[in-house]
Amino acid sequence: MTNLWTDIRSADLVIVMGGNAAEAHPCGFKWVTRAKAERGARLIVVDPRFTRTAAVADYYAPIRPGTDITFLLGVIKYCIDNNKVQWDYVKPFTNAAFIVMEGYGFKDGLFTGYDPAKRSYDRAGWDYEIGPDGYAVLDPTLTHPRCVWNLLKQHIAPYTPETVARICGTPREKFLHIAAMIAETSAPNKVMTSMYALGWTQHSYGAQNIRAMAMLQLILGNVGLRGGGVNALRGHSNIQGLTDLGLMSELIPGYLNMPHETEPDLASYLKKRTFKPLQPDQISYWRNYPKFMVSFLKAMWGDAASADNDYRYGWIPKLDIPMYDVIQAFEMMAQGKMNGYVCQGFNPLLSFPNRTKVTTGLSKLKFLVVMDPLDTETANFWQNHGEYNDVDPSKIETEVIQLPTTCFAEDEGSLTNSGRWLQWHWAGGDPPGEARSDVWIMAQIHLRMKALYAKEGGKLPEPILNLDWRYKDPADPTPAELAREMNGSALEAVTDPQDPAKVLVEKGKQLPSFAFLRDDGSTACGCWIYSGCYTEAGNAMARRNNADPGHAEIYPGWAFSWPVNRRILYNRASCDLSGKPWDPTRKIIEWNGTKWVGYDVPDTLPTANPETVMPFIMDAEGTSRLWARGLMVDGPFPTHYEPFEAPVANVLAPGVQGNPAARVFPDDRADFGTATEFPLVGTSYRLTEHFHFWTKHDRVNAMLQPQFFVEISEELGREKGITDGAWVRVWSKRASIKAVACVTKRIRPWTIDGKTVHLVGIPLHWGFMGLTRKGWGPNSLTPVVGDANVETPEFKAFLVNIEPSTPPTS
Amino acid sequence: MDAARTMTVVRSSATASARTTPRFEDEVTKLIDVSKCIGCKACQAACTEWNDTVQPIGYFTGSYQNPPDLTANMFTLMRFNEWVNPKSGELEWLIRKDGCMHCADPGCLAACPAPGAIVQYANGIVDFVHENCIGCGYCVKGCPFDIPRYSAAPAKAYKCTLCSDRVAVGDGPACAKACPTEAIVFGTKGEMLHHAAGRITDLKSRGFESAGLYNPDGVNGTHVMYVLPHADQPELYSNLPSDPHVSPWVRVWKGAAKTYVSLAAMAALIVGAVVHHAAGGANRVSEKDEQAAKKLIEGKE
Repeated sequence: MTNLWTDIRSADLVIVMGGNAAEAHPCGFKWVTRAKAERGARLIVVDPRFTRTAAVADYYAPIRPGTDITFLLGVIKYCIDNNKVQWDYVKPFTNAAFIVMEGYGFKDGLFTGYDPAKRSYDRAGWDYEIGPDGYAVLDPTLTHPRCVWNLLKQHIAPYTPETVARICGTPREKFLHIAAMIAETSAPNKVMTSMYALGWTQHSYGAQNIRAMAMLQLILGNVGLRGGGVNALRGHSNIQGLTDLGLMSELIPGYLNMPHETEPDLASYLKKRTFKPLQPDQISYWRNYPKFMVSFLKAMWGDAASADNDYRYGWIPKLDIPMYDVIQAFEMMAQGKMNGYVCQGFNPLLSFPNRTKVTTGLSKLKFLVVMDPLDTETANFWQNHGEYNDVDPSKIETEVIQLPTTCFAEDEGSLTNSGRWLQWHWAGGDPPGEARSDVWIMAQIHLRMKALYAKEGGKLPEPILNLDWRYKDPADPTPAELAREMNGSALEAVTDPQDPAKVLVEKGKQLPSFAFLRDDGSTACGCWIYSGCYTEAGNAMARRNNADPGHAEIYPGWAFSWPVNRRILYNRASCDLSGKPWDPTRKIIEWNGTKWVGYDVPDTLPTANPETVMPFIMDAEGTSRLWARGLMVDGPFPTHYEPFEAPVANVLAPGVQGNPAARVFPDDRADFGTATEFPLVGTSYRLTEHFHFWTKHDRVNAMLQPQFFVEISEELGREKGITDGAWVRVWSKRASIKAVACVTKRIRPWTIDGKTVHLVGIPLHWGFMGLTRKGWGPNSLTPVVGDANVETPEFKAFLVNIEPSTPPTS
Repeated sequence: MDAARTMTVVRSSATASARTTPRFEDEVTKLIDVSKCIGCKACQAACTEWNDTVQPIGYFTGSYQNPPDLTANMFTLMRFNEWVNPKSGELEWLIRKDGCMHCADPGCLAACPAPGAIVQYANGIVDFVHENCIGCGYCVKGCPFDIPRYSAAPAKAYKCTLCSDRVAVGDGPACAKACPTEAIVFGTKGEMLHHAAGRITDLKSRGFESAGLYNPDGVNGTHVMYVLPHADQPELYSNLPSDPHVSPWVRVWKGAAKTYVSLAAMAALIVGAVVHHAAGGANRVSEKDEQAAKKLIEGKE
């Protein structure tokens, strides 16, 4: 979230699209309810289904899964055509005026630079024109044909209300009603918040869905303000923490990049990432990248890392491909190229696409280690459960090792919520049986590996042998010790760059924030964005002061919010060029003539002149980006593509069906179905009664939603002869499953390009373990293809068929 | 701690505002704002957890409503109704938390033949005292909202207690505590009437012209009230009765119980009721029963 949960209360308009906040985030949805009841805020829901969020919305419109970009570009076009643009925000605070290099173009669904053989773009041509002074060339009048604003207008021209209706199936009048409601928030004193979740991310162009909303919010001047922003509702209590700490193959903590093999030394790695400002006077905070990286390396290898050995940069593995995401991992498993798998806190048998392929992959492993508080389907993938898990255990040789772990309520530590709050929690009970904390288990594995390397040697043992492991009890590091390491400390005295005699942080002390990090090896920091969470003043994450200065709904004394306890990102943009709040009733910070003051930590330097230093300090431009340059692999603007399995052709670019930059493995492509064979759109989702595959192990949740079902419209029910509560079979190109039908008015067919298209809604909470009735999940049916940028699987739009059936035999 | 639970807290450390808790002798009310309810069933979960009941894991029967009906182990239930508003042509998903209404004039209590098995406290809560319950099921018949459920073993009737055990120590009901969207609020009747008025004003500003409070006169008002967007048609909300009242049968019953002859007849009826319930469970007061009762009262039979 750019903002925070409590801040939703300050919104005038809430749009829930690409998510289902009331059902998937019921506790956070409280702030929507409050905004409605206390501010008179209005709620819009755009969703393929009439959800429980829609049940309390002021306005609902249906949309076909996978067409959100078309809808959002349609709204952007509406706002521009009707001059509902907050110009005083757009002109200085976005890159609208930046001129793009000559040669850029977009034709027939493809941007310039596409290589069909590689399924990727040469993105060099998607950048700004750079002047002789080394800065980007701007046209503040927005008249240059190649300025971002005019390229944007040209790009969105096809997205008329008629096109939206034709592609999305959203009735024209409903689209226009919503566009008009949204457009009203272009007024400086009206703010809309956007709440989205996996309904936007789980597409082959998921990141571009979010880009489209970010662009709309920028055009309306709604980013950085109270009650505004682009707000990702994270799907687990600590998934924000997972990404912050870089638990992905291409990241290391704090959104630093895993190095690539073409970057053999630290200098070549840092050179690409130490972004110089593209306009005079801008902060371009990533200029500090070397400080973050060197401090991270010092946290990893301590005394063994020094300037003369490149801070042991060489010990970090180097990627040879963009990433080793889960789709890649299971492809390698299926090919027999990955033969061991440690599965910690995941249940891939139910959560990764094409379950048949997942089973095939797991069956080829030599060993599978499952660390989980629950007895998961993944740990039992080899067991035959009749139709529900039809495998032959005698043919599976994988050795499965289950290591029972504590659940969140049985250990201490911090969880990072969607609003970037690191909230400390304490153990509420003792773990059952032999369950141990994940940290303890990892420590045991590390110490045993270290001992084996010391004894037997091996390939490149140094990174393991030299890992900085100075915990009081090496066999059981405490959460507080780990948190202090994340925060960072001064290995040598940290001095003032302007006055080297002045010591800012004494040797051995915890750092107050990442502003004190150095690139000379004098500081160590495990995750730079978390710096400030555990300082000499103590554990900031454990703070529980709920005072709310100025009734700004930000509660700065409650827990710790990264970065530097800032609650609203880009909050400098809540003020105009002179530093005055756009809406004085919703002040968060303001310029007092000499510095920034207010309720939140300013998202700029405290003395940054509002006239010259622009608000988006992480960007080299100083502005936000309507044009993404080469930072997105699939285009500088979002554009309409169909899901890889779609019921219709791409009407805007008939030659390009799915995202042309998405990676597709040949075996997975062969497993895609066509609309002829599978005419119905399938989509997946959660229900509020359950959390993923955990709560089916709980008696109460199991009672509240006991059995797997799929949802269809009354129209489709009549067409197929399916009645409410009857058994059906649903199948895709990849698998066939059975479920009880829920025939409902909440799902209606769409008219897409003149054709009637039906939806089959498939919730995801059932499997063959736990207390609920046995069932399946949507991942049995879904295709294997991920988002072009981040490889999130396309779970939200695929093709299926349905027919009346009989109950499973087992 | 105990003192804070039985006395009125006006200031509280490390909290944004003092929690105002009704004193346990104040007339209390639970207000359910249907327009804020997201149907998440947290109230159902909290209810079964607090009351330590075990409702068996059932089946999906074609609706999100689970279990499909109130049971002797499930004292509250989210009821779901998909309704297309004929005026707008738009779907409305009407979700109502069903459970005991804690009537000011409780039909269950009026119908109950067992001394002290059903009590009404000064604060308005209507509670079943199970050690006095004889399992006749007459409360089931007497309830105009079809709430109490009969359990064969033990042979008793059960329903929402408005968490009388929590209220007695200054807490609100478990369902209100668990409700994430503050759709369920609890306080004195006066506070709840005031709160409801504000909600109704908000709903009217959103085009719900018939928004209103459900606090039916037929039972002299209730200690569980609803804010309904369509208060003119309460039956849209999974058959919430538009004019609930205590069945005339119950009045007859109570009148008759004053004579020896009737007491004997009553005893026979009780036996009959037990047998009936053991065989077929509780049933509802039918239209035929109502007509018969009216005739009886009017002396035409």
